[in-house]
Amino acid sequence: MSDDVSTQIHEAIESAISENPVLLFMKGTPDQPMCGFSARTVAILQSVGTPFAAVNILPDPRIRQELSAISNWPTIPQLFIDGEFVGGCDIVTEMYESGELQTALGVEDANGGEPAPEPAPQEPAPLSIENRL
Amino acid sequence: MAATDVPATPEELKERIEAGIPGATAAVTGDGHHFNAVVSATAFKGLSRIAQHRLVYDVFGGEVGGRIHALSIQTNAAETENIS
Repeated sequence: MSDDVSTQIHEAIESAISENPVLLFMKGTPDQPMCGFSARTVAILQSVGTPFAAVNILPDPRIRQELSAISNWPTIPQLFIDGEFVGGCDIVTEMYESGELQTALGVEDANGGEPAPEPAPQEPAPLSIENRL
Repeated sequence: MAATDVPATPEELKERIEAGIPGATAAVTGDGHHFNAVVSATAFKGLSRIAQHRLVYDVFGGEVGGRIHALSIQTNAAETENIS
């Protein structure tokens, strides 16, 4: 299925990936993550201290559809560094703990070897806004 | 393809991963919606972490995010095939 809106979304995602050195596609926003995996990935990036851009995929199911078509990756969150797909929550967590993430982000390896930070406790999201795609 | 109206179980995921990836052994835990899989496979040798995880996701296709609500994955390359 490829209508005009899907094509626009596809192009917008590709521009966002090329224009933002560190870009996280997530459920919700860094201030209000709507999924534990997204919250955990945000907590890791904030702990590393690198600025990052974030795209909330929840407002339109076509965002996730087009993103997964680009990255060939089925789950959210998805982290891109310098235009390259790096991984989801599991891989970002492993890379943080080994220090690879800090290297990829070009920051001092202050936290390498440390267990990944746990996100702050979050009120469960209302069911109505859970992503059903 | 498993029936979509039957809840997924850790046993089913383990069997399908081990059947679908050459030389794989898997330990899977989960509650029917959220699962965690630790997978070791000879097929992972020489592959990037992303490629290893894709092989696991590919076993389940469109079921990840749907029938299998969430699947956490840890992978490592097995040196020699496990005989079990």
